[in-house]
Amino acid sequence: MKALVAVKRVVDANVKVRVKPDNSGVDLTNVKMSINPFCEIAVEEAVRLKEKGTVSEIVVVSIGPKEAQEQIRSSMALGADRGILVEADDSQLGALEVAKILKGVVDAEQPQLILLGKQAIDDDSNQVGQMLGALLGAGQGTFASAVKVEGDKVQVTREIDGGLQTVELALPAIITTDLRLNEPRYAALPNIMKARKKPLDTKSPADYGVNPATKLKTVKVEAPAERKAGVQVKSVDELVEKLKNEAKVI
Amino acid sequence: MSILVIAEHDNKALNGATLNVVAAAQKIGGDITVLVAGSGAQAVADQAAKVAGVSKVLLADDAAYANQLAENVAKLVASIGSGYSHILAASTTTGKNILPRAAALLDVSMITDIIAVDSANTFKRPIYAGNAIATVQSDESIVVATVRGTAFDPVAAEGGSAAVEALASAGDAGISKFVSEEIVKSERPELTAARIVVSGGRGVGSGENYHTVLDPLADKLGAAQGASRAAVDAGFVPNDMQVGQTGKIVAPELYIAVGISGAIQHLAGMKESKVIVAINKDEEAPINAVADYWLVGDLNTVVPELVSKI
Repeated sequence: MKALVAVKRVVDANVKVRVKPDNSGVDLTNVKMSINPFCEIAVEEAVRLKEKGTVSEIVVVSIGPKEAQEQIRSSMALGADRGILVEADDSQLGALEVAKILKGVVDAEQPQLILLGKQAIDDDSNQVGQMLGALLGAGQGTFASAVKVEGDKVQVTREIDGGLQTVELALPAIITTDLRLNEPRYAALPNIMKARKKPLDTKSPADYGVNPATKLKTVKVEAPAERKAGVQVKSVDELVEKLKNEAKVI
Repeated sequence: MSILVIAEHDNKALNGATLNVVAAAQKIGGDITVLVAGSGAQAVADQAAKVAGVSKVLLADDAAYANQLAENVAKLVASIGSGYSHILAASTTTGKNILPRAAALLDVSMITDIIAVDSANTFKRPIYAGNAIATVQSDESIVVATVRGTAFDPVAAEGGSAAVEALASAGDAGISKFVSEEIVKSERPELTAARIVVSGGRGVGSGENYHTVLDPLADKLGAAQGASRAAVDAGFVPNDMQVGQTGKIVAPELYIAVGISGAIQHLAGMKESKVIVAINKDEEAPINAVADYWLVGDLNTVVPELVSKI
């Protein structure tokens, strides 16, 4: 079966972002960009399913600026077969618009498994997979920590607040990955070279009949309130005294 | 303004998170209806009817809603959603699973994790792991949002007297099935609602050590226990104890971080705590920058000493 994996180019997880002085957003000039960590886990899962013989072809799609090609190429270096870049201005797009574009891609490609990260670490929305499920009328296995394909069904173990829940979905189905699903591999140099030769199509939101303008307007972006500097205590006695008499929390 | 709040429950009792969502709904202002979708969930509807500020409870009782499968509950929410100006749910795994699906069925955008209500259509929410706060305005016909519970004080669970109305089931979507559940049982308070949280990180060394060192402290303080991602990934404790951007968001009165360095993703889950204490052997650990009190020392000696002195 065919698997489709959606990946997003985001600021690297280890970067401490700064809010722009004019409060229009966060400053991303000269900041290291990477593939969203949850998306990388989705690629890895698809590659593992291919290695098991469950999946025959992996198509990776990214919606974003031209530079998002880099993230598609790194997914190919991990084992994806071909890529689709839907070139669009990220700042215009909301989760609903992304889901609508992805529906267009799914309609064209007809994959049986659609893998996404559970959330992007920039907007922290955690919406696209669920919205895509709704638009396709497909089942959703969100926050997946285990995936088992059996015939025309997939069993997904999900991380929920109290522990774990397992659901069974009819294929085609959407799976959004949690951190514990797998440990993504590193791309080996020969695979990075091979990835350069794999096919990559470029599309636009209009190709899928989607107007990319979201109806959510970001009015301003501010830095969070700073915590006042704390103090180093030298002993357990001092800590207990502070907690009892100064902070009054115990 | 008419607001629909999706109740979170286990078919027996209403989850406290719903009270925080009702509080957020009150800030928006308007009639508040609570939807209880479940199986044999009359008791939950009766509880919801007593919640202060609720004017109506809708009970959709059907086996299809027994396990809160998103495919079925979202279908129900979408079937009645256009009659409301706002649809809200808690930012729990259940709320996050169901609500975006319902929003897409209604063809409207959604706002995740609101932490403040500026007006009926303008909200604040954290982005970039809490390193920036965005003010977002929705121009959609229906505002759909999940609410970060720790950002709103819960309304009273008693005092209301709403009417309970039966709501016809929207049926089983037939594309998903519940198989099994593994719930971690604990005598301690629930992590997201606890007044005090004791968390351990990679520094505690092992699962065994996590319990020998931290259990007595949590017992003494009546605290819930949490963990950093590193401690969960190393297998010290189960993943539902993870505090962070990708785990649970907590804001207790006192958060004690033991053997936790303080990665961005962990801080996103706990830096709204009132008082933060860090116990770490590393003087340079990033956690110290957000801690009100930090003590440099070996947690294996410091924590037992702390237990003996409080």
